[in-house]
Amino acid sequence: MNPTPATSTSAAFLATLRRDFLIAYKRKHDVVNPFMFFVIVVSLFPVGISPDPVKLAEIAAGVIWIAVLLASMLSMDSLYRADFEDGSLEQLLLSPHPLYFMVLAKNISHWLVSGLPVVLISPILAYMLNLPAAAYFTLLLSLLIGTPILSLLGSIAVALTVGLGSRGLILAVITLPMSVPVLIFGTLAVQASVNTMSPAGYLALMLAMLAAAISLGPLASAAALRISVD
Amino acid sequence: MSAAAIESAHNVPNADSSDGEVLLDIRDLFCERDDRILFQHLNFKLRAGEVLQVHGSNGSGKTTLLRIICGLNDSYQGAIYWQGTEVVEHLEDFYSALLYIGHRVGVSKVLTPVENLRWSCSLQRQRDDAAIYSALATVDLRGFEESQCFTLSAGQQQRVSLARLLLSDARLWILDEPFATLDASGVEQLEGLLSKHANSGGAVLVTTHHQLRVPKLQRLSLG
Repeated sequence: MNPTPATSTSAAFLATLRRDFLIAYKRKHDVVNPFMFFVIVVSLFPVGISPDPVKLAEIAAGVIWIAVLLASMLSMDSLYRADFEDGSLEQLLLSPHPLYFMVLAKNISHWLVSGLPVVLISPILAYMLNLPAAAYFTLLLSLLIGTPILSLLGSIAVALTVGLGSRGLILAVITLPMSVPVLIFGTLAVQASVNTMSPAGYLALMLAMLAAAISLGPLASAAALRISVD
Repeated sequence: MSAAAIESAHNVPNADSSDGEVLLDIRDLFCERDDRILFQHLNFKLRAGEVLQVHGSNGSGKTTLLRIICGLNDSYQGAIYWQGTEVVEHLEDFYSALLYIGHRVGVSKVLTPVENLRWSCSLQRQRDDAAIYSALATVDLRGFEESQCFTLSAGQQQRVSLARLLLSDARLWILDEPFATLDASGVEQLEGLLSKHANSGGAVLVTTHHQLRVPKLQRLSLG
């Protein structure tokens, strides 16, 4: 029993973050699929509805936000499943560190590889949908605040259902009611900018949601994971 | 299987070999699954230096017992003490001293053995890469350090998890069927590891159908 120093929670947090980045790098399709889904869905709207720039400008904010929401749900599925199947999740639960931080690390890395690319590509798609120039910054900002909330909420639903064999629509049924407020305030913020009003109020509310999601989401996910491995 | 088929503490002959410190103390454990009692009035103590083999037929609750002790399953009644304090009250201390390898060995298939071990070490005790490479060499995985684990056989993946035994300094090892996919040399090596761990003051709780050849072996039968 040669005593080597016990790891600090921050070291375990960083190691989990690094591990999930590595896994995302090696399983690229998990990352690329939701991103491509987002691009395809948004680019179908001009084809399906109308190429008329005025009409497109009206629906641009809603289309992008809905596509972001769906892409986020699509990407969530991979969050805990592989870890559950190979037993790494049990190791995570049996670590002496607070599960909150371990789950937070997984959520952060998941958002960075699946949420952030969607946010970054959105101005190009907004340009395609003829979103008024005044609203670009608000769109980017609202997505930057909103997508982490979607990830943190989705994580709870995935943690609850990870033990089920086939979950199909259950994930959407659990996630959507919680995600709808984000969708509402996200589109409202962008619409406010389009109508040359200040989006600050909506964005502030979204920031409040983000604060709540960061502080409570991983706790709920952690509790759900404990139930799921039972 | 009926409830009457349950034996309990009487078949654990550790009452007289009471030289080691009591590490794990299970008191009056009861577990029921699907209206079927898996075990009741289960009492046993695991002392430093002991290897306790849990055996019983398929479905007799061996895995459930191990998962209950680890805290992965909470559908039980009774109390579990680690070094004199109840586990649920000092979970962090218990988890610092625990190394669990289950049916699913906790080896990510897309990562390499080295990457897997770096992560699992970082959860408990930080070890440098040199230690990780030498542990992998000890379990005969030299040359596979940088191959993704899905290219390895089931037995080799089991060996990756055995390398965790070498790298950890946890006092309590809880191993669920660790011999299942190992070849003859792997079995011998793991038996050596168990004996060495017990000799240096650790304790092992293991389920297997294999005839263990280790000194100070205790047996507990379920079902």
